[in-house]
Amino acid sequence: MDQTEIRESIVRMASDIARKEPNYPHAVLLGIQKGGVPIARALAAELSSLSGRTIAFGSIDVSFYRDDLGQRLPYPEPTVLPTDINGRLVILADSVLFSGRTVVAACDALKDYGRAAAIRLAVLVDRGHRELPIAPDFVGKYITTEFHQKVRVRDDFVAVVTYPNPTTP
Amino acid sequence: MSWKKKDLLDIRSLSVEEIGEVHAAARTFRDVIAREIKKVPALRGKTVVNLFAEPSTRTRISFDLAAKRLSADVVDFEASSSSFRKGETLIDTVRNLEALNAEFIILRHAAAGAAQFIAERLSAHVINAGDGAHEHPTQALLDTFTILQNRGRIAELRVLISGDILFSRVARSNIHALTKLGATVVLCGPATLLPDTFRELGVEISHDFEAELPKADVVYLLRIQHERQRAVYFPSIGEFVALFGLTSERFRLCKPDALIMHPGPINRGVELASELADGRNSVILEQVTNGLAVRMAVLYLLNGGQAPLEH
Repeated sequence: MDQTEIRESIVRMASDIARKEPNYPHAVLLGIQKGGVPIARALAAELSSLSGRTIAFGSIDVSFYRDDLGQRLPYPEPTVLPTDINGRLVILADSVLFSGRTVVAACDALKDYGRAAAIRLAVLVDRGHRELPIAPDFVGKYITTEFHQKVRVRDDFVAVVTYPNPTTP
Repeated sequence: MSWKKKDLLDIRSLSVEEIGEVHAAARTFRDVIAREIKKVPALRGKTVVNLFAEPSTRTRISFDLAAKRLSADVVDFEASSSSFRKGETLIDTVRNLEALNAEFIILRHAAAGAAQFIAERLSAHVINAGDGAHEHPTQALLDTFTILQNRGRIAELRVLISGDILFSRVARSNIHALTKLGATVVLCGPATLLPDTFRELGVEISHDFEAELPKADVVYLLRIQHERQRAVYFPSIGEFVALFGLTSERFRLCKPDALIMHPGPINRGVELASELADGRNSVILEQVTNGLAVRMAVLYLLNGGQAPLEH
């Protein structure tokens, strides 16, 4: 996935959101730290230009809510909520959807900040291999991967890379 | 994160990076404790024992609340009502606590080295909450965090620590933390409470409080520990106040933005004038709030993990 393809995916996801969520001008876009933050920012910017109104955007850190603490020591990043989420439509954004555990942790974290009217999930890449009953509402691209592979959105937001390459039979 | 230590026993053995990791985690916990639901599930299912073999109110409450904010179960174990009275040794006491599956033991003890002694013999995480006149690491971590929050940096600041240095584990931990982070530390107090050997820790020593005040970015006052004092260290409280008490009059010598800090509890009118403790330059209550965030950070980091997070 190159820069143009990422760009197009964001635009398409934004128009999907606008079509399926009539209330989107009042939504809060929250990027899951850290990879989801630039996705949320880009979606919020796109939705703002679609609606002609600034869409609230922030970040949520899930470190303290992970179910694998003790095996991993995540570096906590700030949670910045631009507004009270009570009664609002929250759209969670992440770069890559894999096991679904991060999304569950994000929903747990959100509950401690209030009761959203609804929570939707937008991801740039769905790479499969879900371990929990989580399905995204808006997807940029489905990528077929092997479990052991890693999928990374480069920090400069210009490419999505999958590595190592699948073993050829 | 690269935190690897099982225990927090002292500041002396911490690297600058490790101190930085505690500060970074504490910043996120400052946000957690300010929100409406002040609790996260990071230590769910873990047991924390507050083992205080010396009386303490604020440190014990701070650790207690920190553990509860992380969703741990907390057991309070106080010397006065405990098996210490019946003659059980420290090591037997903590082995019993570990047999009850306690994952964290927070120890305050009158003997220097007590925390290290039990840490070497247990698989539980041990946090030193003050051991004799040796160290009180979480106090120095919260103090440096408070300075950072107010000044944005510690390097090249001049920190004046004044008062009862000889008996102070707070002073020792702060000397290590501040010098590691690049501050200049100046110790001040009566010669009987400030032996010259402290120079070996890389600090300046002065016995002229008024000469030091105008140069200090931070004035850190230590409590005169009446309970540890013998009459021989200085003639009277009156004489101490006359020479080393921070009075409103002396405060005029300070830089206008000098921070006033104190580990508490304050002897109002002895080391610090009451109106200054409540004044604009005082960050004493901020220290208390930051103490909670820093202790949450320490518990979170010690709980640790086998591998760094990968996306």
